[in-house]
Amino acid sequence: MKKTKNQSLWILFFVLPGLLIVTVFIVAPLFMSMFNSLFSWKSIVRDQFVGLENFNKIMTQYPYRDRFFNAIGNNVEWFLSTMFIQNSLGILFGYLLYKKIAGAAFYQRVFFIPVLFSIVAVGFLWSLYMNPNMGIINKLLKDLGLQSFTRAWLGDEALATPSIIAVNIWRWVGFPTLVFYAGFNSVPLEVVEASYLDGVGEIRLFTGIMIPLILPSIMIITVLTLIGSLNVFEQIYTMAGLEGGPYFSTDTLGTLFYRTAFGGVDSGIPEIGIGSAIGVVIYLMTFLASAVSILSFKGKEVEL
Amino acid sequence: MVKKILMSILMMLVVFSVFAGGGKEASQTKDTKKAETAMETVTLDFWSWRTEDVDVYNDLIAQFREKNPGIDVNFTAYKNTEYNTVLSAALSGESGPDIIHLKAYGGLETYAQPGYLMPLDDKIPALKNFDPNAVRGATSISDGKIYGVPFASQTLVIFYNKALYKELGLSVPETWAQFLANLDVMKKAGITPLANGGKDGWTLEVLQGVICPNFYGANDYFTELTSGKAKFTDDRYRTSLEKLLELRPYMPENFMGIAYTDMQMLFINEMAGHFIGGSWEAGYFSAQNPDLDYDVFAGPVAKAGDTRYASAFLDGSFGMNADTENPEEATAFLNFLASTQAGQFLADSLKQKSDVPGVKFTDPYLKKLGELNVNSTPYITLVGFRYEQPTGSALIQSTLQGFLADSIDSTEVVRQVQEGVATWYKPFQ
Repeated sequence: MKKTKNQSLWILFFVLPGLLIVTVFIVAPLFMSMFNSLFSWKSIVRDQFVGLENFNKIMTQYPYRDRFFNAIGNNVEWFLSTMFIQNSLGILFGYLLYKKIAGAAFYQRVFFIPVLFSIVAVGFLWSLYMNPNMGIINKLLKDLGLQSFTRAWLGDEALATPSIIAVNIWRWVGFPTLVFYAGFNSVPLEVVEASYLDGVGEIRLFTGIMIPLILPSIMIITVLTLIGSLNVFEQIYTMAGLEGGPYFSTDTLGTLFYRTAFGGVDSGIPEIGIGSAIGVVIYLMTFLASAVSILSFKGKEVEL
Repeated sequence: MVKKILMSILMMLVVFSVFAGGGKEASQTKDTKKAETAMETVTLDFWSWRTEDVDVYNDLIAQFREKNPGIDVNFTAYKNTEYNTVLSAALSGESGPDIIHLKAYGGLETYAQPGYLMPLDDKIPALKNFDPNAVRGATSISDGKIYGVPFASQTLVIFYNKALYKELGLSVPETWAQFLANLDVMKKAGITPLANGGKDGWTLEVLQGVICPNFYGANDYFTELTSGKAKFTDDRYRTSLEKLLELRPYMPENFMGIAYTDMQMLFINEMAGHFIGGSWEAGYFSAQNPDLDYDVFAGPVAKAGDTRYASAFLDGSFGMNADTENPEEATAFLNFLASTQAGQFLADSLKQKSDVPGVKFTDPYLKKLGELNVNSTPYITLVGFRYEQPTGSALIQSTLQGFLADSIDSTEVVRQVQEGVATWYKPFQ
């Protein structure tokens, strides 16, 4: 159908407010931080144009270098563990719901409930659960006679990141579950029935037919997981604090960026140039990672 | 067609009313400002992060107005964690307040260096009588000028439960050995001796600020360090940090997971005998448990007879916007804040150790802090090294976490702090 001039005007009219908000609050600040990252700063005032010096600093100069690569490592850890644990669980739960296991309707709702909770509330609640003295987790372990398994969950370098990631998975698992559930439901029934008639077993049906047919859902979830893992901030801020403690073990690009650009909580000394540079790096990485993952999935969809 | 037109009008109304909201508000404040100038009273804007002290400041302003009828002061408090951002945005947008409640040291520097603050050396004569250690926190390191009227100092101390001490027959320790012996007695009696944990890095910086000065040589080392003669890697500082390891057995189980609020809870509910922290805790302790019988002592010394030092620092000051339209009125108000009357009022109502000369502490707790401050030493990482990123504070906070969790040793702690600070601290380069 050809659009008339009148229709185009209407479209513009409805798009304009949204466009305006995106421009003012997202596009403009993005260019602003790109601009800011090219300058040296005298506290909160732009000082001299230094080109890519700030980027050079975060890659080579102590302590930025160490913090930066440590943070990237943690972001990768977030991505890998979320990708494999959360999304595998999502596929499994989605498939079980699709198969209409007993109480499917109940689980369908229950899995999604944590997604609706505010991140701050979830973080606060779980840090109470994980409190070494009064937390319910250590208390349960003690009551079960597993005294030796009690830990300072969020205070232990080796355990802090996995603990926070576990909470994140708990919170988000309902989302991929729902997406995959919808994906499985969109597979035409004839295909499933035909496979049964051909004598295809349950496992073979799942891996050989269902999974390839929900590739679009997998792609969407992968890209969202990737972007999410690069931007992770709130969960760490509420559970481990802005310093990404203990001893930077939970630090990610998000917390590092905020701490550098805005000066942290107690120190209050902003380093806007370096902070903006980290922000720009996060943006570029998110952009590249999304592009690569979208392109690598392209053309792999199964045509029926 | 008519329906379409009606719909579009409706849509326009909705969209524009959304945008109109902001505009209306702005024009209204402009109108009220105009009305005020017509009445010929000058209204000074006074911004602060002390949301909990609004009533006290309004009382103080009322006292000022009695003597200065032509000047009104409008006190606005922003959330502590957002204050810096709000203030930075306002100042760089040339809409900052006339009177600014300033944080100290590096917090002051952020606004002093780009020229947002008015130097007060000639404007406030009373500043000459202030303690130099207090004034240091309101002085810019770049030009040596004073930019604020100091309002309160904090002291780093060890809180102890007096009732428990009495029950166990303990006395206030003087030396490190006596202190450890006290902790030991408490532990054997089944009480957690120390409330301190390590989940919040800044509480470890405080721990270091309480314990270490009496081992690294307090002011002598601080002077050498800030002038660049000595480094953080100096053995005096490194070995002083080792003392913190001796406290670990007396901290709560899984202490690395104990956050600041857990620490407070342990001490307030008398589940722990000591709380190594800052003088600012007292108000909260007493408010939460009015029956809690506590007192404070300074960090113990290495051997009997040594001078006992307590770390102290300036909490903040009152400054003036360099671009204020009413410099005379603002000066009058700052002079009032620097007066004994205002200092005494703030000290009495906020239970904070005022730096204004001539203030008398009637409260026994404030009196005690005054005594501890006779031998005070600058809170090392804050007073000397919280000026640029990475701050000495941020560095020591996280490295101490690694140190107490046995991930790194003391040599690595001081190496990281030295290397980080040296990236911007001129005397180290």
